Amino acid sequence: MSKTLSESESKSLLSAYGVPFLPEELVTASSKASSLAQRWGGPLALKLCGANIAHKSERGLVRLGVEGPEAVQQACQDLLDAARPEDEATGVLIAPMATGLREFIAGISVDPVFGPTVVFGLGGVLAEAIADVTVRLAPLRLYDAFDMLSSLRSQSLFGSFRGEGEVDRDALANLLLALSRASMEIDGVVSIDLNPVMIVDGRPVALDALVELDRSVVSQ
Amino acid sequence: MITPAHFTALFDPRAVVVAGASTHPGKFGFVALHNILTCGYSGDVYATNRERAEVLGLQTLADLTELPDGAVDLVFVCTPASTNPELLRQAAAKGIKAAFIASAGYGESGDEGKQLQEELVELANELNILIVGPNGQGLVSTPSQLCAQIVAPYPPAGRIGIASQSGNFVSSFMNLSRQSGVGVSRAISVGNAAQVGVIDMLEFYADDPETAVGLVYLEGVANGREFANRLEAVCKRMPVVIVKGGASGSGAKAAASHTGSLATDDRVFDGMCRQVGAARAASIAEAFDIAAAFATLPRPAGPRLAIVTTVGGWGVLAADATASSSLELVDLPDDLRTTLDGLLPPRWSRNNPIDLAGGETKDTVPAVLDAVVGHPEIDATLVLGMGIQSNQGRLEREGPFYPDHGLERIVAFHDRQDSRYVDVALAASEASVKPVLIASELAIADPSNAAVAAVRAADRYCFPSAERAVRALHFMNEREQWLDSLTNESAQQI
Repeated sequence: MSKTLSESESKSLLSAYGVPFLPEELVTASSKASSLAQRWGGPLALKLCGANIAHKSERGLVRLGVEGPEAVQQACQDLLDAARPEDEATGVLIAPMATGLREFIAGISVDPVFGPTVVFGLGGVLAEAIADVTVRLAPLRLYDAFDMLSSLRSQSLFGSFRGEGEVDRDALANLLLALSRASMEIDGVVSIDLNPVMIVDGRPVALDALVELDRSVVSQ
Repeated sequence: MITPAHFTALFDPRAVVVAGASTHPGKFGFVALHNILTCGYSGDVYATNRERAEVLGLQTLADLTELPDGAVDLVFVCTPASTNPELLRQAAAKGIKAAFIASAGYGESGDEGKQLQEELVELANELNILIVGPNGQGLVSTPSQLCAQIVAPYPPAGRIGIASQSGNFVSSFMNLSRQSGVGVSRAISVGNAAQVGVIDMLEFYADDPETAVGLVYLEGVANGREFANRLEAVCKRMPVVIVKGGASGSGAKAAASHTGSLATDDRVFDGMCRQVGAARAASIAEAFDIAAAFATLPRPAGPRLAIVTTVGGWGVLAADATASSSLELVDLPDDLRTTLDGLLPPRWSRNNPIDLAGGETKDTVPAVLDAVVGHPEIDATLVLGMGIQSNQGRLEREGPFYPDHGLERIVAFHDRQDSRYVDVALAASEASVKPVLIASELAIADPSNAAVAAVRAADRYCFPSAERAVRALHFMNEREQWLDSLTNESAQQI
């Protein structure tokens, strides 16, 4: 049996290994959301956070580009009200809106024959159809991380792209190395999803994280 | 405990016995003995047959107990599964260290067979005998001129070591060896791989002075992590080329994660190969190309490729193939361009691909090849268009006007020119210790062509197309990059 960690638990666990995330806060009251909106300014992203929330987008539990203290407070309250008991909701995650045209997917998957693997591929809505994906066994060497980047067919995405600058390949390789370390050091990792990893100002940022652990190992 | 001495007994036995030799020419027990007796093996050959029938002029023994003590190293087993435990005991008592078990009726045939197979391995371990198979097609070892197998053919001697989970692909690789002249050192079909498998063979090959490259057909591995670690250790010592069957099977993972669904079996295997430094080929033909390149060419010092072609077309496609590889189609260095200006008519391409534009005279091609191959900013050279003169010569020789009208003389001249060009190219390769690859479809279309024959005579491989040559060189270059990364990372750790 496995259990999934909430988005905020997943992120705090992985950021310790060097996976880059946006600055964000977990709030439990909508008044807190309003003051965050004043402090940060600009459009924000709000997501209901809990250990057991599937189909976040389909259920309308993600609000993007919300701007201004009042609108943010209202959106936060709406999300808190929408929580169901089985969601095991712990609050609302609030972060500045990140924008970028290029999305990747990265993660850890345990192969039945070869054990933990690091997965890296093109993200976005067409990702599965395009299937530009590469896999290596964990742990990665530095060479392997860069070789993963070179192995994607969509090489043009790493250069300047539609007005966005070049991707910082070192930062992307470091993200893969961070995932590799996490898979080696965290007990009972069944899977890790970073989806999407967005390129913001040339650097990769994981906008969502999901860590799945083997319950029997975790409970020990 | 299986030791290198067991593998020496398997591949270079002092004497061999075929257990279960048959008088029926359709049976494995006949074919195996026939092939051992036919291909030049110089050790003593024995055979057993329950009725002591004479087979192929050889007086057989009733069983292994009649063998001389301590004289025989290898038994080739064609007897029924049920009789094999007793046979192994008799073999051990006679000092036999290795058994190739061709018999079927084991793990491939249901639960009872699996049980028999496990018992056989236990017994072999207890007797300290190496067993290969069961259900395998045999082995070839050219240093001992040993052809202990039940599939054709027997390949020329060379430096490729073959290990396969399918006997039929051993046969395919050896047919390509015979066709091209690029030879084989050892070849073995591991059958059900009960006691030892492909990776054990590769470990032996890595330390085998007769073998320069491992060529593998694989369908599956049981303990992936251990396999990867052992394969990496082999790849540090010897290049390995792998064709993986079952690559299209999707990896339906139990994990609910998105990345899990993307990490298909094939992608995992592919990534593993890149990490451990193995060249994964897409087909049997490509695998043989790469293995032949490793077996016969000097190592490339870098990715800078020059393409020399006698006329257009060929060079264009070769350049296209380079674009999707790890190789670099270098801009011609100024001094080299100047040198070539002095050798070629003004219409030559003046860039890479170096298109001689049909402007070659008797001595231009050798001079151009020497200048290009030897240039310090060029790591490897691909030569296209060899053999076209003698291709015309063939048409003339086979036509109704030959040998009159001066045809005899000109045909001989064409042949000499082509073999001379090849000799010069390969001599430049030897002198500079750089890869020079010669590619022409004549390798397949007309192996008797003078250029193709000259490549073969020099113990090199004539690649069947420019694209295939580029692809093979690409894998050689990738191996160098992988080896460099190991050196660099260990240097950083110090």
